Amino acid sequence: MSKSEREPLFSAKNIKLLSTPLNDENPITVQVLGICSALAVTVMLEPAVVLAVAVVAVMGAANVIISLLRKTIPPRIRIIVQLVVIASLVILVDQVLKAFFYDVSRQLSVFVGLIITNCIIMGRLEAFALGNKTWPSFLDGVGNAAGYGWILIVVAFFRELLGSGTLWGYPVIETLGFYNLGYENNGFMILPPMALITVGIIIWVQRARNRKLIESN
Amino acid sequence: MKQSSNTYIFLYASVMVVVVAALLSVVATVLKPYQELNIEIARKLDILRSVEKAELVNKAPDRNSYVEEEYDRYIVASYVINYRGERQDDVDAFTVNVRDELRKPLEERNLPIFVSRDDEGREKYIFPVHGRGLWGPVYGYVALEEDYNTIFGVIFDHDSETPGLGAEINTPAFQNQFKGKKIFDETGEFVSVNVIKPGSAALNEHRVDGISGGTITSQGVDEMLEEVLGSYENYFRKQKNQNYE
Repeated sequence: MSKSEREPLFSAKNIKLLSTPLNDENPITVQVLGICSALAVTVMLEPAVVLAVAVVAVMGAANVIISLLRKTIPPRIRIIVQLVVIASLVILVDQVLKAFFYDVSRQLSVFVGLIITNCIIMGRLEAFALGNKTWPSFLDGVGNAAGYGWILIVVAFFRELLGSGTLWGYPVIETLGFYNLGYENNGFMILPPMALITVGIIIWVQRARNRKLIESN
Repeated sequence: MKQSSNTYIFLYASVMVVVVAALLSVVATVLKPYQELNIEIARKLDILRSVEKAELVNKAPDRNSYVEEEYDRYIVASYVINYRGERQDDVDAFTVNVRDELRKPLEERNLPIFVSRDDEGREKYIFPVHGRGLWGPVYGYVALEEDYNTIFGVIFDHDSETPGLGAEINTPAFQNQFKGKKIFDETGEFVSVNVIKPGSAALNEHRVDGISGGTITSQGVDEMLEEVLGSYENYFRKQKNQNYE
């Protein structure tokens, strides 16, 4: 390919790969994927943020690797190859966390391993990385992971604030003195069903603002 | 070679597996010393925290060397006993895995004890505990005063208890309840400290409140204390009698 034909790195098309998953094609609120982990890790803000970062790293890298290998992967075992790539990357992340961020890794415990089962990652490998060049695949991976991550962080923000009265472990409600006025934490927010309801509210707000997401029937 | 041929698929899979296995083993081997150091420091820190030392750890510029220093300063001895309370000199207390010991029958268990001495010369005895929560293990350290009866402090932690519910056992709010509780009653019977359903019975010096919504984890802590401290019962009695003589 000569230089003149080359697309700029951040062409409109590439930017779109990065931005549509944040809103129009959001993996959680529009495609309703990855709901399981959105329930599990959103009780506190810190694990949610670390997990979001880990998913961005794993998904970006997995998309790049699969995209590089896409012409060699035998179609009949492509799902296995994808799984091996994802699993190895997750083990890498887990090992690095254990070696250099031991406290965070203790907090996240099983959740890191659960990235392997995150259907969004495999979905993007199958739907995008297998048929596209490396750079767009990378953007697609990072975009989708970020789309997943920001929902996670928003849900965790409200669940930690309303459920435990803290943010990132800092006792916000206590500092503001609401307990003295008779306010009590809503223990219900800690339970998994409230993550679903919170995600539901986010979907509602998003569709109210973004009319083209409303199905016509 | 055609991509759909069995030979190609077989070769591809084999090469992939070998490459991935090699990569992961190299990473695991390279990172292992760091991980083991982290685990050792975390254990030492837990031991220190059960006797309220090393409290400035989050402000220390070099966390690891701070923990090591405090450990060397306050933990003056460690040894292993058996269920009859006799010293076992051939075992190093720090290497004993309490989970494995608890799987053995009582007669064969190696029971570690860590001794801390504060700046005023008062001693405390620290016992590692291990048990089952709801989703995984719960563990920690219990520190007793010199009377081998009153709890000075406890540290609990867990691998995968439910955040906000069972996971609350590692918060000061839960752990501080144990301070000053006693594991023997007035008649000298071993009763451990019971973690009860909040509000179900009056609190006394052998009871603390469990966690609402974390019932199974609370029970796990209860059983853990009973089981592990129970293994030391003979030793506690021996030491107490010595103190009276």
